Amino acid sequence: MTRGTTADAVRSDRADELVGAADPAAGLAVSSQGLTKRFRGGQVAVDRIDLAVPAGSVYGFLGPNGSGKTTTIRMLLGLIRPTAGTHGLLSQPMPARAADVLPHVGSLVEGPAFHPYLSGRDNLRRLDAADRHADPGTAKARIGAALDRVGLTAAAGKRYRNYSLGMRQRLGICAALLQPRRLLILDEPTNGLDPQGTREVRALVSELAASGVTVLLSTHLLAEVEQICSHVGVMHRGRLVAQSALAELRAGSAPRVHVTTTETVQAERTLTRLGLRATARDNDGLSALIGSADPAAVVAALVHDGVPVRAFGVRAPDLEDVFVGLTGEGFDVSG
Amino acid sequence: MSVVERPRTAPVISTRMLRSELRLIFGRRRNIAGMGVLASVPIIIAVAIAIAGTPEAGEGPTFLSQVTSNGLFVGLAALAAELPLFLPLAVAAISGDAVAGEANIGTLRYLLTVPVNRTRLLAVKYAAILVFTVAAVLLVAAVGVLIGLALFGGGPATLLSGSQVGTAEGLWRLLLVCGYMSVCLAAFGAIGLFVSTLTEQPIGATIAVVGLALISQILDAIASLSPIHRFLPTHYWLAFGDLLRDPISTDLVLTGMLSAAAYALIFWTAAWARFAGKDVTS
Repeated sequence: MTRGTTADAVRSDRADELVGAADPAAGLAVSSQGLTKRFRGGQVAVDRIDLAVPAGSVYGFLGPNGSGKTTTIRMLLGLIRPTAGTHGLLSQPMPARAADVLPHVGSLVEGPAFHPYLSGRDNLRRLDAADRHADPGTAKARIGAALDRVGLTAAAGKRYRNYSLGMRQRLGICAALLQPRRLLILDEPTNGLDPQGTREVRALVSELAASGVTVLLSTHLLAEVEQICSHVGVMHRGRLVAQSALAELRAGSAPRVHVTTTETVQAERTLTRLGLRATARDNDGLSALIGSADPAAVVAALVHDGVPVRAFGVRAPDLEDVFVGLTGEGFDVSG
Repeated sequence: MSVVERPRTAPVISTRMLRSELRLIFGRRRNIAGMGVLASVPIIIAVAIAIAGTPEAGEGPTFLSQVTSNGLFVGLAALAAELPLFLPLAVAAISGDAVAGEANIGTLRYLLTVPVNRTRLLAVKYAAILVFTVAAVLLVAAVGVLIGLALFGGGPATLLSGSQVGTAEGLWRLLLVCGYMSVCLAAFGAIGLFVSTLTEQPIGATIAVVGLALISQILDAIASLSPIHRFLPTHYWLAFGDLLRDPISTDLVLTGMLSAAAYALIFWTAAWARFAGKDVTS
């Protein structure tokens, strides 16, 4: 890597600025203000979202299929133009600084896509050849290392069309790792992987994050967010309905008692008398916010009032409860 | 980290992506088969004439009657025979695939996020179309010359104006014809590139562009439309015959090159205008 001219050196310094300590948006690897996409049909796919992905975080971009995650990612990467709003990557405005920023960003957008009649390795060569910043002298080593990293070395010579879904997904992640990155934007990276592959990809993401890479990972799997993410943003029908550190989001929802009983009417009366709020009946009993009440006293009072308590528990809400609370519906495809 | 290099400063000019693009085009089985078809025409012409004898002058396509007098004419006859359909079809297949093909399989989004600047992508794609066009024309001529010389030998060639030239001069004239046809087809390739930015269906783009070439030739054959003939993209293609006169008549050829340059410029700009701001949702 030689810097032949002064102009080269200047350009290179500008690239180093991307860590940008002096910038107001510094500390955010991805940021957006009022980012909106309205498609030609008038459908609003993404509605005024303000993303804030802290540098160094693993940000779970969570939402059901069709909630606007992929459209958002396409806007972030400059593939489609926002109808309104602004955004930045690595503290630089996009798409104005795309040429400087994107070399530091690896991405997987809406599944892998490669030339079917080329081998996995030839597909990577092709992408590397398209990268003006890639050093052809190190291409072979970098491609080999990336293949190794996702466990595709043995299949590298096979044509892409003969790859299984899991192998294709790995090759997609592999392509994002051809260069050292500061930010990885991965859209559903474990889609189509078997349990073993899923574990490996999650381990890989955690490993990359540990080395300081910021990861924005879109997913519709709550478990994925719970396992590997430090932050979460929840998308619902094009809106970003919640965004925070994962721990904060969990803490925001208070624990509830659940009473399994057939005498829900009497039980509700008892819980209300004890000052428990937000009672809700369900299939096998009812639940309420525990508040500051002592669970043991609650059980004693229920038994005293003649409620046949078949089971009793206090449960901190898991992410699914939080999600249902935020969106008011179950975790499936929204229209 | 096991990946070692940081993104380095980009060189000002690099042919690496163009070379990769050419490997993609010339390594693809479909294109190899297509080039096989292009190369088969001079072979068919030469073998047919060797077996069945020379057609009468004025019978069949141009130059066929002169084939037995000099093998070089096989190359010329093949080029003339392929100019209306086969060569445009080949150029349309490559140019129609340029952007639409990448969009169709989704690789376009990954090229753009590498990142490849959109203008640069169009420039590389068009450069590859140019290389393919020249290669296709030269392939037809070379196969024709080789099999022609093998079956009928060289010797003095009679030009359209009646004078005779030696084999070297004949080859030179053939090369000029190849150059002129390449220019015409390259302009046609710019139309293909533009259409390719309109769709995600490469076959659709190819069919549309071939259709355009055929309609242009049909309109060109309707005498009453002569006022618009000079604006048709295929109108000057046959002017290559002027390169076979003694002395070379340049009027029509130069106008043809001007027309080609205008078409190339207009449609490359249109492709750029369309593609530069396009939402890539494939």
